[in-house]
Amino acid sequence: MNKARSPIRVLVAKPGLDGHWRGAMVLALGLRNEGFEVIYSGLRQTPEKIVQTAIQESVDVIGLSCLSGSHNYLFSRVAELLQEKGMDDVIVIGGGIIPKDDIPYLKSKGISACFGPGTLIGEVADFIRANVKR
Amino acid sequence: MYDKKKLDAIREEKKKWEETSLKKELEEKGEHKKEFRTWDGLLVERIYTPLEMESRGWDFTEELGFPGQYPFTRGRTPTMFRGEEPRGFTYGGFGTAEATNKWLKYLIEQGGKESTVAMDLPTQIGLDSDNPLSRGEVGRQGVAIDSLADMETIYEGIDIGETYVGSVVPCIGPYYLALMLALADKRGVPHSKLHITMQNEPLKDYVARGTYIFPPGRAVEFACDAIEYVVKNRLEDVLPISYTGYHFREAGSTIYQELGFCLAIVVEFIEKLIGRGIDIDDLPRAEINLTSGVDLLQEVSKFRAIRRMWARTMREKFNAKSAKAMSFTHRAGSNSSLYTAQQPLNNMVRGTIAALVQVLGGVQYCHVAPYDEALSIPTAESAKLSLRTHQIVMYESGVANTVDPLAGSYYVEALTDEIEEKSMELFNRIQEMGGATKAIEEGFMRNEIAKAAHQFQMEIEKGERIWVGVNKYQEEEPFEIDIMKVDPNEEDRQIEKVKRLRKERDNGKVGVSLDELRKATQNNVNLMIPLINAVKSYATTGEIFDVLKGVWGEYTEQIY
Repeated sequence: MNKARSPIRVLVAKPGLDGHWRGAMVLALGLRNEGFEVIYSGLRQTPEKIVQTAIQESVDVIGLSCLSGSHNYLFSRVAELLQEKGMDDVIVIGGGIIPKDDIPYLKSKGISACFGPGTLIGEVADFIRANVKR
Repeated sequence: MYDKKKLDAIREEKKKWEETSLKKELEEKGEHKKEFRTWDGLLVERIYTPLEMESRGWDFTEELGFPGQYPFTRGRTPTMFRGEEPRGFTYGGFGTAEATNKWLKYLIEQGGKESTVAMDLPTQIGLDSDNPLSRGEVGRQGVAIDSLADMETIYEGIDIGETYVGSVVPCIGPYYLALMLALADKRGVPHSKLHITMQNEPLKDYVARGTYIFPPGRAVEFACDAIEYVVKNRLEDVLPISYTGYHFREAGSTIYQELGFCLAIVVEFIEKLIGRGIDIDDLPRAEINLTSGVDLLQEVSKFRAIRRMWARTMREKFNAKSAKAMSFTHRAGSNSSLYTAQQPLNNMVRGTIAALVQVLGGVQYCHVAPYDEALSIPTAESAKLSLRTHQIVMYESGVANTVDPLAGSYYVEALTDEIEEKSMELFNRIQEMGGATKAIEEGFMRNEIAKAAHQFQMEIEKGERIWVGVNKYQEEEPFEIDIMKVDPNEEDRQIEKVKRLRKERDNGKVGVSLDELRKATQNNVNLMIPLINAVKSYATTGEIFDVLKGVWGEYTEQIY
């Protein structure tokens, strides 16, 4: 199948110990409505597990959600593991309670964008369509 | 309740009004929506009159009565805030035990009467700070507790016999109680002097909050150990469980799910405790923690509805006789998932509505989330403003002067009835499924809440619901505010601390206490005493929970 024509595949994942699934789940359901193929990881995923799932499911995008304040380590670790595996064609986006001051650091580590509370699904969908590497 | 003649007169007048004034107004100006609904979708009539009360068969004594009496719609006590003032509480604690100690002292100076200490996620799920899974999480959402040594630091210079202490420890409640009791012993404070509030309700965590450890049935039994210990040792000022619908709502539930699921969990616990030979009238007064949302009248009605639902369930299902068993202490926090990162100062207004809901709704423990909560862990300044918000509502607005001030409003009574009915439908559905644990194991509660959260989001996206600053009245420029920063080196310091502890303590004693804990766990007896002993030997959080996991196993989330 021609990958360029197949729906964009997104892994929505919850790294770390944070149990707030609302944002992740609402995004997963919302992106499905937008025509994406979405896999939701469930809670308590290690960065290693997330990257492994991303490989297995050959996703185009990983959406990470964290509300516990541990995003700097967890998000950048996922990006780092992707680079180690040579998966440069997967984009990583983040969401949750991400202070503005942390965003430059996360971008430098390879997180394409961060979406905070109050983000509309449409904004995320547009961003993915515009930035997906196919 | 109403005289038939008078009702006929009202009916007649209403008809006249509809045909004249109302008709004219509607023809000339109309209304800006076809139908009006509450935040959670209840259809709202243009006006309410005694006619609706009559058609519902509303009875003053049955539905309302007097405060401090069955069915407790009007409040837990006869005088409510004229007698006992509601307490503002804060939820804080971050980084190290030292930082939390300073924070607590600051809040006590500011007049905060009770401080709920937030624990970090590794602690809440029974992991030590140096566990690889804890990486990046240590000291983030709260303070890290690796052993009794950290508790000693947190409460350094604070009289634990005089202060109301508490923690949100849904899945490690008995361990938290053991820490507090061990600390009291070390300081020579009698257990009977302790004022402790602990959440200790693990079931909701499988649905919404996510700090589960053991399979749900085991988790309930574990939590019951703490409750049983408190009852049997007559620790009158220890509140050994706080039921909560709060987290359901924050995860996106409707108010009916918030109340119905919460009451189903309450019933599950009470059945287990009765099974342990405890009389319902001997149970400590329960506490429920709910959200206070922004639809002011709906939310006040919700609080009134749950009090009546509780009273009726306790009397009808469990044959409770005492006022203590038929009422509960009411705790509420603002619905902070409605706080926005956009134009964050707007959240102060949402917080003020929440504070009004709490006082008008008869809430004993009131929490207003700081306005910067959607951006980061709150600063000292924003947390103080939350306390002040509550104080202004309490002391300046005048709403606390009479008991249940909105009682008798035709609208509020109608909402109260409808909310009770819809919530009880869900409660009954769970009972038919075999109870709360069963409904949780089948993923029912979580999936229903996820559907509601999704629907809410769709309504926002389509503009069917207005969220100021998000889908209406947006501004281009983000507003700059100071935000709280956690020192990233604190994690390393905490890891060092627990490693040092393992070297310096008497490891022989630790081994013995952990063996005793394992045996007790295998023998299925109450674990409080072996837990207290393990804590006193300075066994770490992770070591203690590894013993329990070894016997009970661990829960893994099912994805549906």
